[in-house]
Amino acid sequence: MRPPLRAMVLAGALALTAGMANAQSSVRIGMQLEPPGLDPTAGAAQAIDSVVYGNIFQGLTRFTETGAVVPALAESWTISDDGRTYVFKLREGVTFSDGTTLDAGDVVFSFTRAVAPDSQNAQKGLFAQIEKVEATGPLEVTITLKQPQGSFLFNMAWGDASIVAPESAATNATNPVGTGPYVLKDWIKGDRIILTARDDFWGEKPAITEATFQFISDPTAAFAAMMAEDIDAFIGYPAPENIPQFQADPRFQVLIGNTEGETILAINNRQPPLDDVRVREAIAHAIDRKAVIEGAYYGYGTPIGTHFAPHNPAYVDLTHLSAYDPERSRQLLAEAGYPQGFTTTLKLPPPSYARRGGEIIAAQLAAVGIKVEITNLEWAQWLDEVFKQRNYGLTIVSHTEPFDIGIYGRTDYYFNYDSPEFRAIMAELDATSDPEKRKALLARAQEHIARDYVNAYLFQLPLLTVARKGLKGLWANAPAAATILAELSWE
Amino acid sequence: MMRRANLLAGALLSGLFVLAALASFLWTPHDVTQIAVPMKLRPPSAEHWFGTDQLGRDIFSMVMVGARISIAVAIVAVGLGMIAGVPLGLAAAARRGGWLDELIMRGNDLVFAFPAILVAILITAVFGPGAVNAILAIGIFNIPVFARLTRGAALGLWTREFCMAARVAGKGAARISVEHILPNIASLLIVQGTIQFSLGILAEAGLAYVGLGAQPPTPSWGRMLAEAQTLTAIAPHIAIFPGLAIVAMVLGLNLLGDGLRDLLDPRLSRVAA
Repeated sequence: MRPPLRAMVLAGALALTAGMANAQSSVRIGMQLEPPGLDPTAGAAQAIDSVVYGNIFQGLTRFTETGAVVPALAESWTISDDGRTYVFKLREGVTFSDGTTLDAGDVVFSFTRAVAPDSQNAQKGLFAQIEKVEATGPLEVTITLKQPQGSFLFNMAWGDASIVAPESAATNATNPVGTGPYVLKDWIKGDRIILTARDDFWGEKPAITEATFQFISDPTAAFAAMMAEDIDAFIGYPAPENIPQFQADPRFQVLIGNTEGETILAINNRQPPLDDVRVREAIAHAIDRKAVIEGAYYGYGTPIGTHFAPHNPAYVDLTHLSAYDPERSRQLLAEAGYPQGFTTTLKLPPPSYARRGGEIIAAQLAAVGIKVEITNLEWAQWLDEVFKQRNYGLTIVSHTEPFDIGIYGRTDYYFNYDSPEFRAIMAELDATSDPEKRKALLARAQEHIARDYVNAYLFQLPLLTVARKGLKGLWANAPAAATILAELSWE
Repeated sequence: MMRRANLLAGALLSGLFVLAALASFLWTPHDVTQIAVPMKLRPPSAEHWFGTDQLGRDIFSMVMVGARISIAVAIVAVGLGMIAGVPLGLAAAARRGGWLDELIMRGNDLVFAFPAILVAILITAVFGPGAVNAILAIGIFNIPVFARLTRGAALGLWTREFCMAARVAGKGAARISVEHILPNIASLLIVQGTIQFSLGILAEAGLAYVGLGAQPPTPSWGRMLAEAQTLTAIAPHIAIFPGLAIVAMVLGLNLLGDGLRDLLDPRLSRVAA
């Protein structure tokens, strides 16, 4: 029997048009890191939020692209005059993907679970000021704080403060059940996660009905996948050197934004001679940020002079405190008793900003007499040796959590920095809700760590996103790790 | 005639790299630690013969110094393998069939059973990355190669008349091994040493490629390749030159090894003739 050629051609044509129609409502997104689980309330990995934030799970409030906090599951709220009592009014008709309805009880459960002694929540600090959470109506939650907290609504927008249901909370890591517009369809470990739009979503139906998150850790493979159009967008594109090529290619669009990642040369503040503030200041003045940014990130990235994101309204530009001045640097070293310089270690994690930046900084430090021995480490080794054991002199890393200046108040943190004055500023900040006063306190905090030269502040890590032309709604900036699928569409 | 050409080409290629490595102690066109970011990724030119890398360093100078690292690592590693492996092989052959022979050869099998690069990664992961640990890792893997080769060749010699004569004359096993066996297998060891040397270069490049070799800022061919990975599309020269260096060096050593074998092993040339 002859093969029915006409039927085959027809079938092929059908398959082709089906594929094209599919392309209009589905999207394939490349990311570098795969999440270890899918429960945003039980894990520190940013990759969890990159997949589930706003897609599967939602909180009372949420971040917008600019970092502003807007209502999400809470329709509105009132704050008492003393700033201690928040009354949230929940949206009506919200359902979880298992069909249950969201009520005040779920919110009470979520926060009680987050602050419980056996809580797996990675950001317990967000809930530290909560005194009690009560359901004061079927759709009304009253939260009382121990003391006024200016950042409370901001804290509630974090993925770690997502609202979960008591029936499904325990299994969210593998079988996530949330209130968002998408559900998990399939997870092929080590390769990809597929989300699909919910039929019973309570809100507006999103344009994208199916999204695949493809995990590609190798920058070369990321480049190849993008060039072959195997993926539609790569968020957090890892190889800045390829960006000009994508910009020149009419098939692609490139978005260059900011992350919350302050990239710093972290200093072990307790290891001599780095415990001397003059030595740390000498290191700061020895570094030419411009060359570091150019070499490590191909010129993308804003110089910073303190541990704060430049796009934040409260940011103060303090780069002048640590301007490139090798002469001053040598002078400071001499004052500190090291006219011939000294030798220390520089341990570098895998990202290219650290490896390339490390070699540049090593050369710049050598120019003022500070010899560094470079060791390249994998992440697991870095976490163990540097972050946990604090067996290091210098290291380069990007701190990607939003609004994380508070880490300087933690004496157990790997910088080994201990300043009662700084902790006093942070305590005052925590108790202040007036925006202007908060801004002034934040400015003081930023200046305090800049003048103590706790670390050498390098640049704000840019967010590079490469996407096929026609994909709209991608966030250029990342106020938090998030890929809001509901805002995406093809034109 | 063809064999002579092999030998000559091999000696020339390897000699070139040894010369470049030696010269790099005294002179390189540019300082390899000198970073000049504005000059990054320049294609080859009169000033930078092989162009510049992602941090503006001169690739020609880096290849020269990289040769030094590769050769040093490979020589020391092969030397280690020989120093430990040859006596082990001689001892095993002298006590052939005995428990010492068993112990040495089964120990050999144990090391052979693991893929070399895997154990090299293990060693460097435990003791930390660096040139010294890379040398150790590669050296350990050369021990069984030489032990087995030595034992095999020595076994054949033990049954020959001159060994019998030496035994009759009252010489001990150790003396016979050193005075009669070793000189007779020396050419074999030299040939194998050359081949192992080229494998050592490859292994060093492999370890450096995965970040376990010499640490920056010391240039290393393997790491240059690794760092060039994402840049090959826009600046192919930064991958091509260290890559070519590895190929040429390994090819040269293999040709040299082949040529030496033909020259030193009279049995082979008789068969060929």
